Amino acid sequence: MKVLVCMSVVPDTTTKITFTNNDTTFNAQGVQFIMNPYDELALTKALDIAEPAGGTVTILHVGLADAEPAIRKALSMGATDAVRINANPTDSQFVAEQIAAFVKDKGYDFILTGRESIDYNGGAVCGLLGAMLNIPSINVITQLTVSGGTATVERDIDGGRETVSCSLPFVASAQKDLCEPRIPNMRGIMAARTKPLQVVEPVSGSTHVSYAKFALPQPKQGVRMISADNPEELLHLLRNEAKVI
Amino acid sequence: MSVIVFAETRDQQYKKSTLEAVSYGKEVAQKTGGKVIAVSMGGASDPAILGNYGADEIITLHGAEFATFSPEVYAAGFAAVCKAHGGKTIVISNTYSGKSLAGRVAVLLNAALATNVVDYPDTAAGFRVKRGVFSGKAFAFMDMNSETKVIAITPNSVEIKTYGSNAAVSAQQPADLPSSATRIENTQTVSGKVPLTEAEVVVSAGRGMKGPENWHMVEELATALGAATACSKPVSDMHWRPHSEHVGQTGITIKPNLYIAIGISGAIQHLAGVSSSKVIVVINKDPEAPFFKAADYGIVGDAFDVLPKLIQAAKATAAS
Ligand SMILES: Cc1cc2nc3c(=O)[nH]c(=O)nc-3n(C[C@H](O)[C@H](O)[C@H](O)COP(=O)(O)OP(=O)(O)OC[C@H]3O[C@@H](n4cnc5c(N)ncnc54)[C@H](O)[C@@H]3O)c2cc1C
Ligand SMILES: Nc1ncnc2c1ncn2[C@@H]1O[C@H](COP(=O)(O)O)[C@@H](O)[C@H]1O
Repeated sequence: MKVLVCMSVVPDTTTKITFTNNDTTFNAQGVQFIMNPYDELALTKALDIAEPAGGTVTILHVGLADAEPAIRKALSMGATDAVRINANPTDSQFVAEQIAAFVKDKGYDFILTGRESIDYNGGAVCGLLGAMLNIPSINVITQLTVSGGTATVERDIDGGRETVSCSLPFVASAQKDLCEPRIPNMRGIMAARTKPLQVVEPVSGSTHVSYAKFALPQPKQGVRMISADNPEELLHLLRNEAKVI
Repeated sequence: MSVIVFAETRDQQYKKSTLEAVSYGKEVAQKTGGKVIAVSMGGASDPAILGNYGADEIITLHGAEFATFSPEVYAAGFAAVCKAHGGKTIVISNTYSGKSLAGRVAVLLNAALATNVVDYPDTAAGFRVKRGVFSGKAFAFMDMNSETKVIAITPNSVEIKTYGSNAAVSAQQPADLPSSATRIENTQTVSGKVPLTEAEVVVSAGRGMKGPENWHMVEELATALGAATACSKPVSDMHWRPHSEHVGQTGITIKPNLYIAIGISGAIQHLAGVSSSKVIVVINKDPEAPFFKAADYGIVGDAFDVLPKLIQAAKATAAS
């Protein structure tokens, strides 16, 4: 069994987001970058399925050399090997094209991504890859089992959940509840140092979009306090002042 | 050239987010020219009503292939209509189903893709959309540089406009659909409840509620206000509530008109997912809770004292 897990590298969740160059560039100064949390779930699930079957799990990242600590983390969690496609990941479409070009003739049984990358929140790579590779794409999955050429997944739908069966190969995106992320142990960390990390040059890709500028949300005007003894007052204000109920 | 809107349904009815998407399409068409075509797949009880929200024409796609939702098949059928009708701006709701279509449609149409869009585009020079990024911590203005554009518009981002007109409905049957490699075995929906991502009012609670046995108060308040329920991450991690209610940086990002947070401290990862709410109410016993800084209205008090009173008052308001 051959599995591919796609990984993005994102600012740590505690990061206070700021921009520079006249609000045109994300300010990475002092920011700690981590493996995208949903991709930790994707990798953990892939390992849980592939390891007992004697299979391999490759971790793939489209990005520059500064992502290598996060790639090593994925290897220490248990990924068999890693591939880095050496290009600046400008947007989901560019990234998906790079991944699709790499995957094409490799014969992966299935591919997992995260539900979304918590930086630019595209939530798009799974569907893009599915269409580019002409295979089924199943978004936001919360359960996955694979046996004898068929996968059974549970996925979140609007207002509920659905169980879907699917033939291999396919691509699916990991949602919380899929599993608990693995924490690398000492042996994993040692082993990761010598696991193969292949660097691949990008294919020429298309860029359909470009970021012009960024903005922070308007700060709140200040909070209006209401006495705990007077919840009627709160409802009155919500109805007549804020007009939201 | 036209604007084509994917008209998502639930139980054969158009969702509120669908009416928003149609209104969005109309607004774009008024700027870029062309007509608005709504595409309804898998059956809807009354397609003609979309005319009232801005559709000039409604196309319904029938066939056994569309009986259940499959991203491959729906994307192929929808993209075929977009091509046949010169669709240049394609509007889809940024829901779970919508997002699982948007990427595939963009590939089939060789289009630029923007998910998580929160406002009308700026078409003064080119086509610039505003997107939520960093899980609600910021916004990005993104230029879409291809001739064809696929836009996934976040629920509750634009107003529904009405035009008082009906539109012609025509049924079509697309050819050459792929057969689906997926099969839906079982669907469980929570009926009668608004999905969290689309709710206008959300009542949310955190560790301050002490345990799942106390959630009946949260539910009761939500019912009285016609709201969906949500929770903080530790609450879903401890399985007090289902993970689908977890909002925040690693949960769902929501954008309701009203977000009521009870016994939630207001950590940066939590705020990320909810700070786009129009109005935020915080109920917390600690006057120093960071959440008050992000709130519009606040009550300092013990949830176990405040909630029963608030529920009673909300029931009285709902009844009056
Ligand atoms: C990688 C990462 C990702 C994360 N992602 C998310 C995320 O997506 N969403 C999220 O929510 N969190 C997330 N967190 C966790 C976040 O940092 C906080 O720990 C979490 O939001 C706290 O939840 P809470 O407010 O329910 O609990 P607490 O922080 O324990 O706060 C409980 C609050 O309830 C109040 N309280 C207690 N008793 C009462 C009472 N009787 N009446 C009224 N008030 C009372 C207290 O004053 C306190 O303010 C993430 C953390 C990490 C590390
Ligand atoms: N630069 C990247 N390299 C590899 N995989 C990525 C990259 N960016 C995104 N992905 C994958 O696609 C998922 C969704 O990302 P996005 O569609 O950009 O929100 C992520 O969780 C990753 O699994």
